[in-house]
Amino acid sequence: MKKFAYFPGCSLEKLALSYNNSSVETSRMLGVELQELEDWNCCGATTYFHVDQLLAYTLVARNLAMAEKEGLDLVAPCSACYKNAYFTNKYIKEDADLAEHINYALEEDDLQFRGKINVHHVIEVYANEIGVEEVAAKVTNPLEGLRVAPYYGCQIVRPKHNGMDSENPQFFEALVSAMGAEAVDFPERLRCCGGSLIMTSRHAALDMVRTLLQSAVDCGTDVIATACPLCQVNLECYQLQVNDEFGTNFKLPVLYFTQLLGLAMGLPPKKIGIGSELVSAAPFFKKYLSKQVS
Amino acid sequence: MATKPTFSQEISNLLYASHGKPLKTCIQCGTCSGSCPVVDFMDQTPRRLIGMINADLKEDVLDCNTYWFCASCYQCTVRCPAQIDIADVMYAVKRYSIWHKTYRDDLVGPTFSETFVKTIVRSGRSYEPLLAPTYMFSMGIKEVLQEAHMATQMMLKGRMPVLPTKIKRLDNFKNMIRRIIPMGGAK
Repeated sequence: MKKFAYFPGCSLEKLALSYNNSSVETSRMLGVELQELEDWNCCGATTYFHVDQLLAYTLVARNLAMAEKEGLDLVAPCSACYKNAYFTNKYIKEDADLAEHINYALEEDDLQFRGKINVHHVIEVYANEIGVEEVAAKVTNPLEGLRVAPYYGCQIVRPKHNGMDSENPQFFEALVSAMGAEAVDFPERLRCCGGSLIMTSRHAALDMVRTLLQSAVDCGTDVIATACPLCQVNLECYQLQVNDEFGTNFKLPVLYFTQLLGLAMGLPPKKIGIGSELVSAAPFFKKYLSKQVS
Repeated sequence: MATKPTFSQEISNLLYASHGKPLKTCIQCGTCSGSCPVVDFMDQTPRRLIGMINADLKEDVLDCNTYWFCASCYQCTVRCPAQIDIADVMYAVKRYSIWHKTYRDDLVGPTFSETFVKTIVRSGRSYEPLLAPTYMFSMGIKEVLQEAHMATQMMLKGRMPVLPTKIKRLDNFKNMIRRIIPMGGAK
């Protein structure tokens, strides 16, 4: 079994527990063990970088160093955690001066980071490390007829990094097809959900969410698939407030791609956190649930 | 004789690790503004902000909401033909405004970020309920009710954290931070 050091991130402890459970369970079905990093700390999201850049890189580096100590590559399910870990890893490898400053601080926790590991997002592990064909081979309950909008958001594909097409990526569509569902042509799939602006610049963020929901509805979406807890919360939980604010009537389910895949692999809904949505997806996938294994 | 750095030099010096091209190479093409999903809500477009930094219009730059409305989506960064890391420039101006306390009073972003960082420095983990007061006070009664309604629904679904969590090696963690920034008596 292939093993990774798993960095769940703060949101997955409660707010996005369903993403945590479905990531771990579907990975196991695909022959991948996600071993939770012991005593991990918050990656800082975007806010450390608003205050101090060197501190931001150092706190991320602590997690990288602990993964390296285990001899494992780091995997993150949250796009912001992933972006922070990926770029901190890259910059430390490229910049000896930065590495020296950071390692001086890491000494306090008996850690050192040598830059020997790689960082992946869970969706990258499925699309690249395991491969779409291998994923498709494990699908027992194809989600036939379900129209899924693959929502990439921002920080999986941006900033630009090795092997990632930031203008026209296709791996999410490929994974949706592997589940047996139909990947709809979702024009705003790369547009930002507003991220933490939902708390700091609420009006702007609600408008951004509305744009995305409208685009998804216009292309005939049954369910939006996300790969980030913040995207999920903004698109799903704030739907009611968008409706209040703009007089719209959205009722669009937003699930994690790992939940949809888990369903397609016959995992019991409870195990993959289905049931904790504020906008229920049940009307769309009732028929798939009847065939699940226990 | 030593000269005082200009504002544009100060901002450039804050772009420490990302290795983007210098701000001075901006050709004012507007690709950033055209790609920005928040541009309609900004006082100045990203293109204009860069022009203003390059022209050392310090007060005008710091007085606008543009950089605090950046959602860090990096659409501008990946498209900039001059390869300037524009999102990182926004971060740099945010840091400048926090350190110099020059941000506008009506913005929630700076207080939110400071509270978030303080939470992590103290516990190693983020905890959403501690952050709520930083933005709830800026809201009208209607928004507060909307938030409360949503929070209740999420609680019923088991999605709200009840207690803050802490990392185990918190003392080491704090000492580590002290090697980067002086924390004074902060505990």
